[in-house]
Amino acid sequence: MTAVSLSGVDKSFGEVRALDGIELTLGDGEFVSLIGPSGCGKSTLLRVVADLEQPTAGTVEVAGKSAHRARLDQEYGIAFQQSGLLEWRTVAENVELPLQVHGMARAERRARAAELLELVGLADFAGSRPSQLSGGMQQRVAIARALAPSPRLLLMDEPFGALDEMTRERMQAELLRIAGESGAAVLFVTHSIPEAVVLSDRVVVMSPRPGRITEIVDGRRPRPGEATDLAPDDVEDVRESGAFFSAITAVREALRKGDAV
Amino acid sequence: MRSRARTVLTTAAAFVLLVAAWELAKLVLPAAGVTVGGVRLLPRTDDAAMPHVWTVLAKLGAPEVAGAADPRSIGVAVASGALFTLGLALGGLVLGGIGGVLLALLMQRFALAERAVLPYVIASQTVPLIAIAPLVAGWGGKIAIAGWAWQPWASVMVIASYLAFFPISVGMLRGLSSPPKADVELFHSMASGWWTTLLRLRLPASVPHLVPAVRLAAAAAVVGAIVAEISTGTRGGIGRLIIEYAQSATGDPSQMYAAILGAAVLGLVAAGAVGLLDLGLRRYRGTVS
Ligand SMILES: Nc1ncnc2c1ncn2[C@@H]1O[C@H](COP(=O)(O)OP(=O)(O)OP(=O)(O)O)[C@@H](O)[C@H]1O
Ligand SMILES: [Mg+2]
Repeated sequence: MTAVSLSGVDKSFGEVRALDGIELTLGDGEFVSLIGPSGCGKSTLLRVVADLEQPTAGTVEVAGKSAHRARLDQEYGIAFQQSGLLEWRTVAENVELPLQVHGMARAERRARAAELLELVGLADFAGSRPSQLSGGMQQRVAIARALAPSPRLLLMDEPFGALDEMTRERMQAELLRIAGESGAAVLFVTHSIPEAVVLSDRVVVMSPRPGRITEIVDGRRPRPGEATDLAPDDVEDVRESGAFFSAITAVREALRKGDAV
Repeated sequence: MRSRARTVLTTAAAFVLLVAAWELAKLVLPAAGVTVGGVRLLPRTDDAAMPHVWTVLAKLGAPEVAGAADPRSIGVAVASGALFTLGLALGGLVLGGIGGVLLALLMQRFALAERAVLPYVIASQTVPLIAIAPLVAGWGGKIAIAGWAWQPWASVMVIASYLAFFPISVGMLRGLSSPPKADVELFHSMASGWWTTLLRLRLPASVPHLVPAVRLAAAAAVVGAIVAEISTGTRGGIGRLIIEYAQSATGDPSQMYAAILGAAVLGLVAAGAVGLLDLGLRRYRGTVS
């Protein structure tokens, strides 16, 4: 089964060709990052998958359905750079939101939210207001909310962009654990090359005007229980491995090549 | 909570200051006022123009009609008049509130409605109240709803609602469209329909805009009710009382001031009622404060 499959996807905004002939497939549980210069269409690609934007041409399938159907069935969860938590709801109520929207019974919702807050390590903050949490904690709540309906796919647009470097590295480790435990595939937009490499199975490099995929580089996502010398299963070890640096170099070169054309 | 106590304290302090200023003006300014070359710059401050505060308060205990068999004190008359008007103003506030909220929902739901209706909503407020009042009273007199004949007080309530409606519809529309695009898209991505998005996002987000709008509307409804009572000649309310006392008590304005005091207290009570609403909705005041 594939989580996402895009073929021949074009998207124009008037004269601007934001996406041009995008071909991309995400397998179940696969972690794929999108990287590229500003304006190359990363967010647009994510929004097309989320059915927030209609492609000008091509087909988009999510979990084997049309993007529209997939949205109605809550097959994906979404998290943006701004956590977008509702201030009048407690942390737990924010996590419950997608379930409430889909009419799940209160007791069931409660239980699921508690489980998710446990997963993101915020069980003690269930009753807090979002503004009482740090930026990193808010982002974890947003991730828990996105995961609430047990989606097959997680869409994330620079979710850690506003965090400091230390928090960011901790969040990356958290995200890997959460993604592994939930089994969801992740489509992840970032501007950070190391972040893309350490998180991803594959790093998709894009170039602007028109927005195209120029190269796909293998990432260094650690696979728990499958550790080898080349692929350690601990994020910290990955960050210090030679393979990590060579992958970073590969992505950087792909970006430079994309820039030149 | 602490800020609320402070509001009450400052309100009380302002009242004391006002009384002090009034008495100070009587004390230091010439009783005949100040006129320069036939033009009056400052009003007369003698007891006939500006009675002492305590004279006004004492007047509240005096009988309304001197020597009547069953005298009602002026205080009781003012209080019952103010209560009557408060009822009409609150009724108007509720009516206007319902109308304003419904119209705002309509305008939010259909962009076309907003473009078509909003200019008229704004234009409606430029028609002077004095022109509307006799019209409403005139139309009302011709209506009988399900056997219930139109009463003059109903005209007053309708006019109050007409004034209250405007700030609420405009404030509510602003509130309903206040959620950022990202939040609206989040709901869309969760496959939330218009109704669910309204209930879970737009309505809670509109509270910080709605509360000040209701505060304005309450003040407008009180003023509207008083002016409407006067211009439609409706009996029983504080508006009518002010006019009656002003006409009957030449040479002794303290009676009229007692009625005006009643009107002022009425405004404060209406504002206090909105404060309670604010208190009840404080969870939604959220990020704006
Ligand atoms: N709603 C829109 N209307 C018109 N043009 C748009 C719209 N959304 C995006 N674009 C254009 O499409 C192109 C791609 O935009 P997009 O936001 O996808 O880039 P991005 O790769 O996410 O950039 P960044 O890294 O800065 O977030 C840009 O040229 C942008 O101006
Ligand atoms: Mg973007």
